[in-house]
Amino acid sequence: MSRPADNRAQFRPENHPNDHFLLTTVVGSYPKPKWLNRADELVDDEDSKFDADDLEEAHDDAARVITHEHERCGLDTVVDGEVRRNEMVEYFADRIDGYEFNGPVKVWGHNYFDKPSVSAEVSYDEPWLVDEFEFTDNVASKPVKVPITGPYTLGNWAFNEAYETEEELVYDLADLVNIEVERLVEAGAKYIQIDEPALATTPDDHAIVGEALERIVSGIPEDVRIGLHVCYGDYSRIYPELNDYPVDEVDLELCNGGYEQIDVFTDPEFVPDLALGVVDVHTAEVETVEEIKENIKQGLKVVPPEKLTISPDCGVKLLPREVAYGKMENLVKATREIEAELDAGEIDLDEPLALAE
Amino acid sequence: MTERVATTPGLFPLPDRAKGQLSDLKGHQKHDLISGSEGGQIAAAYEEYRGEVIDEQQSTGLDRIVEGQLRWDDMLAHPLTTHDNVNPDGIVRYYDNNNFYRDPVVEGELTFSGDVAGELDAATDLLGDDDALQATLPGPYSLFDLATDDYYGDDGEFFEAISEFLGAEVEAFPEHETLYLLEPSLVEHAPNEDLQEQLAEAVDTVASETDADVVVHTYFGALDEKTYAHLMDADIEALGFDLVAGDRQDTLSNITEFGTKDAAALGIADGQNTLVESAETLEERVEWFEDQIPVQEFDRLYLSTNTEPFYLPVNKHREKLAAIAAAANTDEEEVTA
Repeated sequence: MSRPADNRAQFRPENHPNDHFLLTTVVGSYPKPKWLNRADELVDDEDSKFDADDLEEAHDDAARVITHEHERCGLDTVVDGEVRRNEMVEYFADRIDGYEFNGPVKVWGHNYFDKPSVSAEVSYDEPWLVDEFEFTDNVASKPVKVPITGPYTLGNWAFNEAYETEEELVYDLADLVNIEVERLVEAGAKYIQIDEPALATTPDDHAIVGEALERIVSGIPEDVRIGLHVCYGDYSRIYPELNDYPVDEVDLELCNGGYEQIDVFTDPEFVPDLALGVVDVHTAEVETVEEIKENIKQGLKVVPPEKLTISPDCGVKLLPREVAYGKMENLVKATREIEAELDAGEIDLDEPLALAE
Repeated sequence: MTERVATTPGLFPLPDRAKGQLSDLKGHQKHDLISGSEGGQIAAAYEEYRGEVIDEQQSTGLDRIVEGQLRWDDMLAHPLTTHDNVNPDGIVRYYDNNNFYRDPVVEGELTFSGDVAGELDAATDLLGDDDALQATLPGPYSLFDLATDDYYGDDGEFFEAISEFLGAEVEAFPEHETLYLLEPSLVEHAPNEDLQEQLAEAVDTVASETDADVVVHTYFGALDEKTYAHLMDADIEALGFDLVAGDRQDTLSNITEFGTKDAAALGIADGQNTLVESAETLEERVEWFEDQIPVQEFDRLYLSTNTEPFYLPVNKHREKLAAIAAAANTDEEEVTA
């Protein structure tokens, strides 16, 4: 069963200009400032005076800059761009007891991934994201969303040496994610997103992801908004099963495929809120406000406005920074215009795209 | 007495130093990948690392030495993605893995290339007098399955063209003791009835171009019965089986029902997991296989990882090779005693 998704009102800004409110957000990652990449390298240079404290300061500065960049775009909820994280599995594997690193493996061509091995039972050691959240929450004037790589992806994108089955590993990892979410909630987090890109590549495991999510949300108050992000797959293989996931919102990459798969979600009725990707993170051209408005209407085919969240397809870290900014800025403008049109009754919710055609 | 041969399917992980150096020299994007016409520093780097992986096999005590296939950026699709009449197009998923390769779109006749023969010539120069070279190629069905036809227009004709292309490549190989034809597609995307009918002939088209022992190695699981039965018609020395996969019982059923060749290749170490099996564990897997097929004493058993090992980090791959060599040699010690 989906959680009761009535926790979005807390993200509505006090001075929101329209009656309708489509929550705008990001998936998480953002292009790192170039100087931060240099700083990451410099700390490993023995001849340099630049040390770990300096790097921490650089990370703080970058987190502040990107959080404010998100605010300037007008987003309703913000992230620090994940500027402290190196890679979505490595960052967590580094902090979880039971993982070890043996060296990079090939993904394609000369692109490598430091795929970790689970060589012993996993256990919770140090907090993963509480410091990151507290810092961002302090510098942000908007609510902060916290993306966490989900247990299925943490298990599936690692070598499993220690567990009889991957499923057992995933459930143990889910219990650790639950501990982390509890700590984040204690620290004041209200919006958590579980990232499960691995689900799209092995959709037959949707039940494992469902059980893992049950463990993650166990004991988490219902006013905490829990999202799930999935990208790049054949969604017909995980729908309607994802309607049973205990989450408030499911965030899907659909713009990249030209909304070819949007009809998958129209029957049966979509249960959680839909966070719809409306800008493509693999093209370096900034979509116009008009284009994005048409994309938002695709989402209205699936859910009513009060259940629609607007986001980019995926993390935007591979885009040039000014392009990423331009996409976020237009995403927000388009959303506010759609809200005004909804207020004015100019969009037919039974056929939201009819006006455009 | 069964001879045990320690070997590998080939397609090694690039040494860690090479990963950085070659990505700096070549770039990260899809048009930066190997074209077959590289020279200068890139060719020199590959030469150096070819020497390194051959050294490694020699010192580990493998009974067959492979070139390492470090240039195969597109994994088993390499012989086509380097071909002049093939357009390496979009990036597509490599079987059910988190790996990707360039989709080779065949746009013209599959004429002779000589790319792999060139690699093997270079490897031959690095071998000692007692070393036995093993050549590795995708089997005709897997290469057919990994490619896209935009020229021949008919599956049967395309399959035949691929097997003739591979045959011509093999004909140009320097002297080699063994030829491994890797056929994961026979498991992952089993051939339809028409292609099954063509399968043995396609394999023979390749195998008949060499005097070496030919092994058709399958992995990612067991073959279905019909595919297995058709493959048995091919005139080769051995079929190779994935004994790590969960459905190995199906492999045994195939062998019990349709028989197998006088030799067999056994994928006994997991090429996709960093857990290093001890030589004793590997030995037990071989014995388990022999015990399950009591009616047959094999002339020879080739022992290797089940899959190509490029999925592994370098340190764990080395440890696995050493364990395989030890498992094969245990037997030799017993013979000596």
